[in-house]
Amino acid sequence: MTTNLVARFEKRFVRGPTIDIDFAQSTTGFSVTALIGPSGCGKTTMLRCVAGLETPEHGTIQFCNQTWFNNKTKTNLSPQQRDIGFLFQGYALFPHMTVEDNIGFGLRHQSDVERRSRVTEIVKQFDLTGLERRFPGQLSGGQQQRVALGRVLARRPRLLLLDEPLSALDTMLREQLRVEMRQMLGEFQTPVILVTHDRVEAISLADRIAVMDAGKIEQIGSIQDVFSRPRNAKLARLVGVETVAAGEIVETNEGLATVRVGFATILAVAPTQPTHLVHVCIKGEDVSLSTESNDMTTVRNQLPAIIKSLTPEGPLIRVVLDCGFELTSLITRPASEDLQLKVDERVTAMIKAPAIHLIPRTV
Amino acid sequence: MEWGAVWLTMRLATIVTAILFLLGLPLAYWLAMTRWRCRFLIEAIVALPLVLPPTVLGFYLLLAMGPHGPLGQMADRMFGMRLPFSFTGILIGAVLFNLPFAVRPFSAAFSGMNRQLIEASWCLGVSRFETFRRVTLPLCWPGILTGLILTFAHTVGEFGVVLMVGGNIPGVTRTLSISIYDSVQGLDYASAGKAASVLLAFSLIVLCVTQWFGQRGEAT
Repeated sequence: MTTNLVARFEKRFVRGPTIDIDFAQSTTGFSVTALIGPSGCGKTTMLRCVAGLETPEHGTIQFCNQTWFNNKTKTNLSPQQRDIGFLFQGYALFPHMTVEDNIGFGLRHQSDVERRSRVTEIVKQFDLTGLERRFPGQLSGGQQQRVALGRVLARRPRLLLLDEPLSALDTMLREQLRVEMRQMLGEFQTPVILVTHDRVEAISLADRIAVMDAGKIEQIGSIQDVFSRPRNAKLARLVGVETVAAGEIVETNEGLATVRVGFATILAVAPTQPTHLVHVCIKGEDVSLSTESNDMTTVRNQLPAIIKSLTPEGPLIRVVLDCGFELTSLITRPASEDLQLKVDERVTAMIKAPAIHLIPRTV
Repeated sequence: MEWGAVWLTMRLATIVTAILFLLGLPLAYWLAMTRWRCRFLIEAIVALPLVLPPTVLGFYLLLAMGPHGPLGQMADRMFGMRLPFSFTGILIGAVLFNLPFAVRPFSAAFSGMNRQLIEASWCLGVSRFETFRRVTLPLCWPGILTGLILTFAHTVGEFGVVLMVGGNIPGVTRTLSISIYDSVQGLDYASAGKAASVLLAFSLIVLCVTQWFGQRGEAT
């Protein structure tokens, strides 16, 4: 099933930035779009406007040929009419209701039998068996998160909106859930838009990334697009990781993983969770260049490469390399002049193993 | 002690509490949720009886209820009745005078609530009214109960407005606190003492109950 969301609107705050959104996406079945950006840039407001919890001043929001908002025709569907799922940052579980009652809360219009069977199904799917009669206050953070997600999905919404879904959890749990959550969401064929300020979360959960800054969506594209080819220097600084490539762990030995990326093989610190497929993330400043191969160094990854492009970015130069996969390096102007770098020339790219960040991926 | 006055007082307090439950809840909910810039005006009007001398409110009410006042003319035209020195008259006075004692605790309970719970319910497709009934009310009931108890207790002890609007007619407008005043005027210190001690004990019990609820609200 193909779903379309087209949102073009403006929302002003008395003391705050103007949010000016131009967002369109068309997806078939399950997909995750992550809205990333610094705090206060308007990510959550954008999500709340789509949910109908906030009313924009101008513009339109359309979902699958249905108008949700249009200031000219004075159309503004309530959150109830939009048939969406919204996961709040703090989960917003009803403290006076049990896990069961929370999950079944939105199923008022179903028959008793239907409601009970859906609740049972969700309880099983989200691994909550045995906790049905507990109150939210008696659950761990991870369990609360699953109840909240289950409650939202029990209604089978047409669009799922997640506001910082993992930020309320501690670091250990967060790492574990990044992988699990993508799988849990994948079982429902619902398109997802999620908001996060954590790029690792975005990379591990999303297919598409929209970068927001100061109330505007600056770039939308695949993970590779957004991280490796930011539209301008400001966005490059904002996303902070220049290379994100799909890799495959071939072997793990004493905490070091041998990873195949494109036609190259690199050595990196293995991720904490056992995983086979990974996103290989490398910051541009961690990639140094040399015109001759150097045997005297302790740097584990020395990759022969061809220079594809050189782009000045303020005091730095962005060097895009082909070393079996597309790799981006950020070096200073003097360094570039010393090396006399030119497009199509051969260089050696050097990356220390600890500078490579492996993020588990499922697709 | 006059049992007629006790009965009248209880009847007045119960009806006032019931009316303020029905009127006060929506008003307080609106005050807690609205982002309207002139909200402070309504809040000030609601809070006015807290600082206004009861005799002042009673004086204006008496004027309004009089044969030339808007309230008096309306009551005369619609029901053919006269408001001053009647039970309905003191009822209207008591409702107005007790507005802050109901609305402020209600409103505090509503604004203290996590708004995301309400929004979460809306996003789960549950209507505004159902959300109020199933989420807001159960979570705010300690505050609502406090408001109701305060209203009831305050009506029981109300004196100034009742005297101004209702005077002192046994069985109609003569409440317990007016009967105390009357007894003292008549130098009947024994009856005044009895009635006063009943009111003292009643007030203390009511305050203990509300404080206890407040403590429970903090604990959970």
